[in-house]
Amino acid sequence: MTHFAELLLNGVSMGAVYALIALGFVIIFKASEVVNFAHASLLLVGGFLVAELHGRIGFLPALLAGAAGAALAGAFVEFAVIRRSRAADHSVLAIVTIGVDIILATELTRRIGTRVMAMGDPWGDAVLHLGPVSIAETRVVALIVAGALIGTFLLAFKHTGWGVAMRAAAEDHETAALMGVRLGRVSLSAWAVAGALAAVAALFLTVFPTPGLDRTTGLVALKAFPAAILGGLDSTTGALVGGLIIGVTEALMSGYQGEFAFLGRGIGDVAPFLVMIIVLLFRPAGLFGTRELTRV
Amino acid sequence: MDAAAKPPPDPAGLRVHDLEVAYGRVSALRGVTLEAPRGAVVAVLGANGAGKSTLLRAISGTLRHHGGSITGGDIAYAGARLSGLDAAEVVARGVTQSPEGRRIFARMTVAENLRAGALGGAGRKAAAEARERVLDLFPVLAERAAQRAGLLSGGEQQMLAIGRALMARPSLLLLDEPTLGLAPLMQQKIAETVTEINAQGTTVLLVEQNAATALALASHAYVLEVGEVAMSGPAAELASSDEVRRRYLGEGGPDDDEDDAAPRPVLTRWAG
Ligand SMILES: Nc1ncnc2c1ncn2[C@@H]1O[C@H](COP(=O)(O)OP(=O)(O)OP(=O)(O)O)[C@@H](O)[C@H]1O
Ligand SMILES: [Mg+2]
Repeated sequence: MTHFAELLLNGVSMGAVYALIALGFVIIFKASEVVNFAHASLLLVGGFLVAELHGRIGFLPALLAGAAGAALAGAFVEFAVIRRSRAADHSVLAIVTIGVDIILATELTRRIGTRVMAMGDPWGDAVLHLGPVSIAETRVVALIVAGALIGTFLLAFKHTGWGVAMRAAAEDHETAALMGVRLGRVSLSAWAVAGALAAVAALFLTVFPTPGLDRTTGLVALKAFPAAILGGLDSTTGALVGGLIIGVTEALMSGYQGEFAFLGRGIGDVAPFLVMIIVLLFRPAGLFGTRELTRV
Repeated sequence: MDAAAKPPPDPAGLRVHDLEVAYGRVSALRGVTLEAPRGAVVAVLGANGAGKSTLLRAISGTLRHHGGSITGGDIAYAGARLSGLDAAEVVARGVTQSPEGRRIFARMTVAENLRAGALGGAGRKAAAEARERVLDLFPVLAERAAQRAGLLSGGEQQMLAIGRALMARPSLLLLDEPTLGLAPLMQQKIAETVTEINAQGTTVLLVEQNAATALALASHAYVLEVGEVAMSGPAAELASSDEVRRRYLGEGGPDDDEDDAAPRPVLTRWAG
């Protein structure tokens, strides 16, 4: 039972981190109608900046710089690539983001090399004991921070002018433009916010119990794709639920790997994709989505 | 199309001059010249595909969303050029549109739809005032404020679409077929509202297939036929013209021969 509670807590915490990534993925899709395959690279940009800078400027400033850097990178991709080809077909644009991803990932991989970079976070490998349940401090902080960011985002999405503009643009581009919404700005801000959220996610993907940031961190972030897709690419609620489902499934499958031995080793890693496929079989638009993937 | 024959352009109103619009290679408007003086209600009539919505898209700067573009002529409002501006800049110049098919944001609440309408406008205070005016015009929107707009009836959606377009406090309101698909009573209500909006000082350019309603509301009207202005004149005179009565008001003789004998001295005709 204790084991289960620990796994569940870890799963929810990881799920919240996946949700941060998935949320960015979803708002980019809503604002620009593009499936951003460069998302994992944006995340890597943020994480890399934190890892590079914390020694010189301290952890918190480094985290802020990482978030700002990833936001800028996202905005730059929107401005330099996506906007120029706005008229183009959306599946073409998605492929363009793959190109951007390859460029970014190649450059970052070259810079990271074979290093495993520490993030300089204050939590280290401390473990928190809640009665019989033990959980890494980093997991608790991840849950709190991700929860707070998601909460703030959702409130802003619901109540601010920015949020209304964003939702209007997502629902009907042309009519939003008729209302005086500047679609370019909406799209740009979506990419920037998504980049910043991804940078924070990068931190929590690379702190304890993970040894640090290395060139495969981007691959770990790929698990958030099934989270976004199974939740429904155009649904913020879907991103949250999808993230949690993926996080919990992964934690439980890895934790009870012995019991699932007949499925082969490493089932925890493929579980997110299995869950996604099963959900899509029954609900092609995802759990909360309104648009099917045929659109992309 | 001789410029000399036209009255001097009203610097405060809308002036469309020799406008050409094409969707890719398909020409949709050819040499359209039209004016809506400040404070007037001007109607644009025409059959399906005549180019009415295209005209409004050109004014509002949304042609690019349809793969269309202005290929000639120009559009000016209040003395400044509108053609070439993007949609948000047109809204900032005081021109808003209630588009064809209402296009309300179905997944947002009624209140949020109105808020969206104010996004291009001038700040909170102006929006609050505009909101009051809109809810005054359409009290039903206040009752339904928290409801998802997609659940409104067709008539209520139309009111929301017009209300939303008023949220940016336009001095020129473009309405694309606001009575389409509504029951006679609701058509009546919308017509009265258009009159009221105009009485409060907003110029209205009204696109309609329902010629009876439009000609009753407007002081001046234009008839578009396959992308060109076929007729124009004071609304009352158009309403009494046999050709308009036969073709757009569903009246007239049993046959469809050309009614050449009809006296039309007051109508300006541009050769097609
Ligand atoms: N996106 C588009 N691409 C190509 N052609 C278009 C497009 N939109 C409209 N057209 C063409 O332009 C012409 C004018 O269309 P428009 O929609 O302006 O007509 P309308 O007068 O508003 O008709 P309706 O009364 O049916 O709304 C039509 O021939 C139409 O086929
Ligand atoms: Mg039309």
